[in-house]
Amino acid sequence: MSMEIAIPKPVERENYLNKEYGVWSWLLTTDHKRIALLYLISITFFFFIGGFFALLIRLELLTPAGDLVQADTYNKLFTQHGMVMIFFFLIPSIPAVLGNFLVPMMIGAKDLAFPRINLLSWYLYIIGGVMMLHCMLIGGVDTGWTFYAPFSTNFTNSNFIEAGLAIFVAGFSSILTGLNFVVTIHRMRAPGLTWSRLPLFIWAHYATSIIQLLGTPVIAVTIVLVAAERGLHLGIFDPKLGGDPLLFQHLFWFYSHPAVYIMILPAMGVVTEIIACFSRKRIFGYSFVAFSSIAIAVFGFLVWAHHMFVAGMSVYAALVFSFLSYAVALPSAIKVFNWTATLYKGSIHYDAPMLYAFGFLGLFTIGGLTGLFLAALGIDVHVTDTYFVVAHFHYIMVGGAVMGYLGGMHFWWPKISGRLYPEGWARLAALIVFIGFNLTFFPQFLLGYLGMPRRYYDYSHMPEFQVLNVLSTAGATVLGVGYLLPMVYFLWSMRYGKPASDNPWNAAGLEWKTASPPPTFNFDEEPIVTWEAYNYEELDAPHKQEVPVAR
Amino acid sequence: MPDSTAVGLHHEEQHHPELLHHFADPQQQRDASSLGMWVFLATEIMFFGGLFCAYLIYRRWYFGDFAAASKSIDMALGATNTAVLICSSLTVVLAVWAAQTARRTLLLASLAITMLLGLTFLGIKGVEYKQKFDEHHVPGASFSFDHEEIPGHPGQYANPAHAQIFFSLYFVMTGLHALHMIIGLGIFLWLFLAAWRGRFTPEYNTPIEIGGLYWHFVDIVWIYLFPLLYLIDRHA
Repeated sequence: MSMEIAIPKPVERENYLNKEYGVWSWLLTTDHKRIALLYLISITFFFFIGGFFALLIRLELLTPAGDLVQADTYNKLFTQHGMVMIFFFLIPSIPAVLGNFLVPMMIGAKDLAFPRINLLSWYLYIIGGVMMLHCMLIGGVDTGWTFYAPFSTNFTNSNFIEAGLAIFVAGFSSILTGLNFVVTIHRMRAPGLTWSRLPLFIWAHYATSIIQLLGTPVIAVTIVLVAAERGLHLGIFDPKLGGDPLLFQHLFWFYSHPAVYIMILPAMGVVTEIIACFSRKRIFGYSFVAFSSIAIAVFGFLVWAHHMFVAGMSVYAALVFSFLSYAVALPSAIKVFNWTATLYKGSIHYDAPMLYAFGFLGLFTIGGLTGLFLAALGIDVHVTDTYFVVAHFHYIMVGGAVMGYLGGMHFWWPKISGRLYPEGWARLAALIVFIGFNLTFFPQFLLGYLGMPRRYYDYSHMPEFQVLNVLSTAGATVLGVGYLLPMVYFLWSMRYGKPASDNPWNAAGLEWKTASPPPTFNFDEEPIVTWEAYNYEELDAPHKQEVPVAR
Repeated sequence: MPDSTAVGLHHEEQHHPELLHHFADPQQQRDASSLGMWVFLATEIMFFGGLFCAYLIYRRWYFGDFAAASKSIDMALGATNTAVLICSSLTVVLAVWAAQTARRTLLLASLAITMLLGLTFLGIKGVEYKQKFDEHHVPGASFSFDHEEIPGHPGQYANPAHAQIFFSLYFVMTGLHALHMIIGLGIFLWLFLAAWRGRFTPEYNTPIEIGGLYWHFVDIVWIYLFPLLYLIDRHA
């Protein structure tokens, strides 16, 4: 041990991780990077709770008979799986973790505009999460995550009010994150960083924030009405008293459809960064990709009633919503085509983040195209409430959003932790996730098309569906392994991983021009931006120095 | 709270004490706070928007019942409350102006009168709620609205179930509005105490300005609630 004195260790630079120690330096931090890590830990916790429910659902469906759990339990399993995954994992996932960490760094700011509100939003998330956990422990909710009235208001015996309030509080957390991003992106950009020089990750988060800001309040007031109706028997949604249950569905989907874009837009932002970096090219059609994010946010607000085609809505309204749902495919397609065009003649590197981006590209395309099936009135009537729908939205949310999230976690992990993750294991995990995902959810397209309804725990009257269900359950097991692996090697790399350089990918973007991990105020000196985004041609040009940023 | 005391790494001498470390200059901080409040108010519009949407649908479906129910609430009290809130908007504007021009007495007086008007509003609202409670117009088990004539249609009586939807919306909308008033009173109490300690100067008065924005918004919501809830078909 005394030998260590002879060789002086290199002094570790002060960064956001080693500046202060102790529980309170984390729980009272206003540093956006530390809050991002608080979110990372909390959403990972909820991801595994939601995943546990999913695994139980898949185990129940392994056999046609309802033999593992009872019908009521099964209802609660899929309800809690949905509520936890949507409100406590997917919606905060990329914005609150990667967005929190990266938005200020990518625009050259010292922090978000309102650091204390940022911390408040994490505490609101935790309060909502604890309420949801408590609600699950005292028996859970069986309404489905969509909690349609009048079942949720008049009939269910489960504790819906607490679950609703948990979502209400978590919604506030989401609103405050969006508010912080919008103000930060408008007001805190470094000198020279014009809107057309912003990374597309920022555009995607800007569009996401708009949806969070304008959509979430509507579900908040809907929950207030449902809770009031359930507690006080108001009759706003009760047909017996002249109320309209369809109004509930309109209000619910006015938020909950755009919420899908809260989940997928940030993943699109992540994938854009990764594809540009690992094909060493400027993104093809920058402004189209940027404005397609805004277009998705705007169109996303006009398509909600395609969830209600069979709910008894007017046929003319259904036609209009069907048309508008097709329209939202345009900006999504623009993105897919531009990513593909960026790959064309790029010098492609197959590192783990890029593998996830490829996975995203394929799976999102399948999820999006099957969305068009569902937007078409004729097909929708046929497959409504079948596993086709389940498979479709899992391709978007798991194949899209979670793939994007994992790709982003790998891409920016060296910046977040200052360590490199083991590349071989990461590629293996990406492959396992891709295989496991397709094995889980592709059979569900077939099941749905053949007519297996969703939310059934017992399909013994149609035992011919068992083969596909066994495949799906097997896939879920593989997928579970694929999700556990990154958690293990990320934790491992925090101690044993090789120290990362400031810019291990030789990537463009301001976040790579500061130390890994970054100092508390992100940049030792305020950066001044004189270049366009994704200047990979310049970065890779021999004999040409990278545009210097004063550090 | 490290960020409220910490100053930037450089040129600390010239920093205004209220300038937070992550802003470049007071102008940027002011712009950010102001934009933050406007964005927040946009979310509030969507929050109340859901209720207005529900209101408009049922009002169109059950117009007669809504008119009969509307007639049972006290228009004089509602009109008084409208006047009270409009006056409070004036005192809020005066407070902002007083802070910008360093008139301490006027600032404290305007903030105090604003709070007083806010409390008056809530008091009158309480009287209205008491009346509705006495008349069994609060939705729930003891609700009753029998033999109430539809205005302009002698001999036709309102459907109590539909009238109950009106009162449900009435209580939810005015209740959420009153909750916003209570939060506004909390904000103004905080502003008053900070102003008492002399925190606001012509250079730094953003909290008064954005607190005022919030107060004006809550007033405007009432400006819509009053005619929609109190003045349905009053001419009949």
